[in-house]
Amino acid sequence: MNAATCLWKSNLLAAFSLPIHPPTASTIGQGVDYLYFFLTGITLFFTVLIFSIIFYFMIKYHRRSDDEVPGFIGTSMMLEATWTLIPMAICAVIFIWASYLYFENSRPPTASMEMFVVGKQWMWHIQHPEGPREINELHVPVGVPVKLTMTSEDVIHDFSIPAFRIKKDVLPGRYSSIWFQATKTGIYHFYCAQYCGTDHARMIGWVYVMTPDDYAGWLSGGVRGESMVESGQRLFTQLGCITCHVADNSGRCPTLNGVFNHPVKLQDGRTVMADDAYLRNAIVNPNSMPLPGYAPVMPSFQGQMNEEQLLQLIAYIKSLGPEERKSAGK
Amino acid sequence: MSTAVTEIPQESRVHYLNVSYGVKSWLLTVDHKRIALLYLVSITFMFLVGGVAAVLMRIHLIEPAGALVQPETYNKLFSAHGIIMVFFFLVPSIPATLGNFLVPLMIGAKDLAFPKLNLLSWYIYIVGALFTLYAVISGGVDTGWTFYTPYSSTYSHSAVIPVAIGVFITGFSSILTGLNFIVTIHKMRAPGLTWFRLPLFIWSIYATSVIFILGTPVLAITIFLLGVERLFHVGIFDPAVGGDPLLFQHLFWFYSHPAVYIMILPGMGVVSELIAAFSRKRIYGYTMVAYSSFAIAIISFLVWGHHMFVTGQSIYAGLIFSVLSFLVAIPSAIKVFNWTATLYKGSISYEAPMLYALGFIGLFTMGGLTGLFLAALATDVHLSGTYFIVAHFHYIMVGGAVMAYMGGLHYWWPKISGRMYPDMWARVAAVIIFVGFNLTFFPQFMLGYLGMPRRYAVYPPEFQVFNVMSSAGASILGIGYLIPLVYFIWSMRYGPIAPANPWGAKGLEWTVPSPPPTENFEETPVVTEEAYDYAPIPEGQHG
Amino acid sequence: MADLVAHGVAHRDEHGSAGAHSQNLRHHFDNMSQQFEAGNLGMWVFLATEVLFFGGLFASYTVYRALYLPGFEIGSHLLDVRFGAANTAVLIGSSLSMALAIRAAQTGRRNAQVFLLVLTMILGAAFLGIKFSFEWRNDYLEHLIPGVNFLYRPEWGANAPHVQLFFCFYFIMTSLHAIHMIIGIGLLSVLTWMAARGRFSPDYYTPLEVSGLYWHFVDIVWIFLFPLLYLIGGRYGIGGGH
Repeated sequence: MNAATCLWKSNLLAAFSLPIHPPTASTIGQGVDYLYFFLTGITLFFTVLIFSIIFYFMIKYHRRSDDEVPGFIGTSMMLEATWTLIPMAICAVIFIWASYLYFENSRPPTASMEMFVVGKQWMWHIQHPEGPREINELHVPVGVPVKLTMTSEDVIHDFSIPAFRIKKDVLPGRYSSIWFQATKTGIYHFYCAQYCGTDHARMIGWVYVMTPDDYAGWLSGGVRGESMVESGQRLFTQLGCITCHVADNSGRCPTLNGVFNHPVKLQDGRTVMADDAYLRNAIVNPNSMPLPGYAPVMPSFQGQMNEEQLLQLIAYIKSLGPEERKSAGK
Repeated sequence: MSTAVTEIPQESRVHYLNVSYGVKSWLLTVDHKRIALLYLVSITFMFLVGGVAAVLMRIHLIEPAGALVQPETYNKLFSAHGIIMVFFFLVPSIPATLGNFLVPLMIGAKDLAFPKLNLLSWYIYIVGALFTLYAVISGGVDTGWTFYTPYSSTYSHSAVIPVAIGVFITGFSSILTGLNFIVTIHKMRAPGLTWFRLPLFIWSIYATSVIFILGTPVLAITIFLLGVERLFHVGIFDPAVGGDPLLFQHLFWFYSHPAVYIMILPGMGVVSELIAAFSRKRIYGYTMVAYSSFAIAIISFLVWGHHMFVTGQSIYAGLIFSVLSFLVAIPSAIKVFNWTATLYKGSISYEAPMLYALGFIGLFTMGGLTGLFLAALATDVHLSGTYFIVAHFHYIMVGGAVMAYMGGLHYWWPKISGRMYPDMWARVAAVIIFVGFNLTFFPQFMLGYLGMPRRYAVYPPEFQVFNVMSSAGASILGIGYLIPLVYFIWSMRYGPIAPANPWGAKGLEWTVPSPPPTENFEETPVVTEEAYDYAPIPEGQHG
Repeated sequence: MADLVAHGVAHRDEHGSAGAHSQNLRHHFDNMSQQFEAGNLGMWVFLATEVLFFGGLFASYTVYRALYLPGFEIGSHLLDVRFGAANTAVLIGSSLSMALAIRAAQTGRRNAQVFLLVLTMILGAAFLGIKFSFEWRNDYLEHLIPGVNFLYRPEWGANAPHVQLFFCFYFIMTSLHAIHMIIGIGLLSVLTWMAARGRFSPDYYTPLEVSGLYWHFVDIVWIFLFPLLYLIGGRYGIGGGH
């Protein structure tokens, strides 16, 4: 959208003092907007077309006398075919366009910065890997792809950022993720968009899109706590994981070094990818996917930590590279 | 318009309304026409209850911080509004009132196939409604009409079980009604009344009945499982015990998506009748319109996942549901074009029923096209869970289904009551409803695109202008609905006596007196004409 | 659809004892065969709703069985296959006696009708007796009823919640089935009384016919339930039993 259009639009908006358009502040936003405008155009076109034809016929064929009976008009199959096939063609265009955008928007770039979101009645807890935690606020740098891994402590919520044109349901017991790349600094709303109880309408917050320098400053400033990896390492010891999952594979349990994002062969022959969801499942629901050669003796840690702590623990496990040896207390 | 034949004055003729008096004769009736009126009174009452909830909501939303009630109460209001309007008004409206009254008349039968089951279905509806009203009075439910788990099964502290029981019971009313219609239409058509001579209203009632039969039982089992989960916490939908909250959504929407077609298909049937009658022409493309009702009914069972695009279901599943959702729009488009083409070279008059029918076509077109925004994956992500959805379904349900229902009520009112209503007031009300409706719901499309989520008791201040516009429109809409209530009741006593065929329309229901005698037809008619046989069909042409 | 029309037209021409003068003809029907066909179609449509009702339940069960096969196998093995098999035989027998009862009505044998209907009820009651007093009583004693007294056992390990889920579905499915059986037995008792009073004849046995359809349907539901619930995972070493 060039400057002239921007100016014209903002003048129009100022004239009417009505917001019509949310800010477009992400890389995918414009693509979604173009599709939206196309759909609006189609809707307007056919609505106006139908309304106009109806008005025209209403006036032109207004009943002139009480006993007027119009003549017979046979159905033309050509006409039926035309107004079946043209809408189908338009629908096909919309479907292909929208699906293409959807596919593109569903795959985060590999170099995405990760942040973690936990929704609970009725607030959002956000964790940055470097440590800072936020409630109902999300600070991100502009121009960098950001991937949000999200889960819920209780009911189904939905994390929605209209300015970026994204949203995704946030479910208990599993991880969902979305990504975005902000294109304009500024402050934008985020909302909970899945009804979740009494204060659903208050479960809202602000995204702060900052320049990379400002973001780095924000990260390092303020009260500095542990990074997620450090918190996770502490939990790994506190909860006793370290007694079994010894780094040199001498324990009763498989080593966790380098496990993240590598394929794992299960006892029943299947191979699965050890992603966030796999790691979470292994902690709260162990023995549901037994490994060959290991007895199913791992106890479940369901309920022993909240979702944020789970994310920290998983962050720690993800940090274990194949060549490192970690011991309790660095 | 009156016929030239001398008719027996209504006062001395025995018909279904005056054949017997007294409460028992109504509460124990098996006459489909009286049962239709029992339903009419009940669903009008429920419509008013649901409408009051809507009025309170729109007053509350005038202010960003909420003008009227606490969030808990607001949540209960929108839940009550949805549950009552969907299950107790929209789903039964046209089938149980107009369908019950007209199906036997339109096919030349004396009653439905199972008159006692018909009465039973009304009693079941009443029991379900009483359960739900009790729940609303005793504190209400705050889960929304969609009852998503685990909020409804584990976390909500509201009257979920009584409402669930109420909805469960009422579902059987729908099932029995649908069953009755299917058997009646198959087995009790008059001689000569082939399938392709049936009025299009019958086709749409038949298609609706198929959805009643196949979809409602799934809702029943879904609610049943929800009740078990809420009572015993065994983990059907609770992830902590291994359950899947999305399973609830799949089961729920497997019924509730076809349910929205239950709500619109009968309206489309009514519109076909109105357009034909008030242009004095057979519906253009009769066969295509008939088949399209079936196509909609069948495809409607295949698209439920479009309510779940942002839940994290596989993107491939999303693709399939998206393409099928586009497909289901096509038969509706075919209908709209055929109705418009029917007007061509017709003889069009503007009585209130026709105004409602034409309003339906315009508003349904808009509502249906906004559905394309939601069938398209990329835009659905942005619009899901926002006021865009609210606007979309209200355009279809209110701008479509309710307007068709009003049009049908006006069209057949002379047949039902034997009286004419005042058409000038009716036209004024129709215009008020049209204007009020658009003012209420068009701003909500804007709100949705801006990102305002639905089911919000409070909202950021930048959304206030559109909310105020919407509430202003709602007040106009409310007045529009009250006017017919007044003049219909007035007409039962003071309206001019209606002749058998006040509109000069074709159809078996217009060949019997207004109101009809209890047995409908003294002799079973034999049908030799095509449907809407206003102009004779030339040799060699087909309908 | 033309055959339906021809059929409809033919109705008007029927004469004979199935004509409009039969005292069993309801006033809104034209003749007995139209009434009979309507009743039949009505029951078939109702059974379609029942298929969807149980179908939703079966679909949910299938989802969880696919996700949690180990837990579901444990649960299934805790059921007694002998009782399940006995119940299957009992129900199939009751469907046979029901069909024979209808045959007896078609051939005008009143005593046979009554006897066979009573036999059907007895077999139905036997089914319920086996289920309630043997199976469910055992489950109660062994703490296997979710929401009532379900206790996890240590040997189930991490599968315990899924064993509970299995039993949850077991009880929901079998109790819904049992409710349908009880309604069926109620219907049968009314039919027996009517049959004893000579209400049915070769010209009019519609209530028997449609109730028979209902009864067979309830039987078929059990024939699906039995393998789904009792025979998971192979019990006797064939096909990967544990």
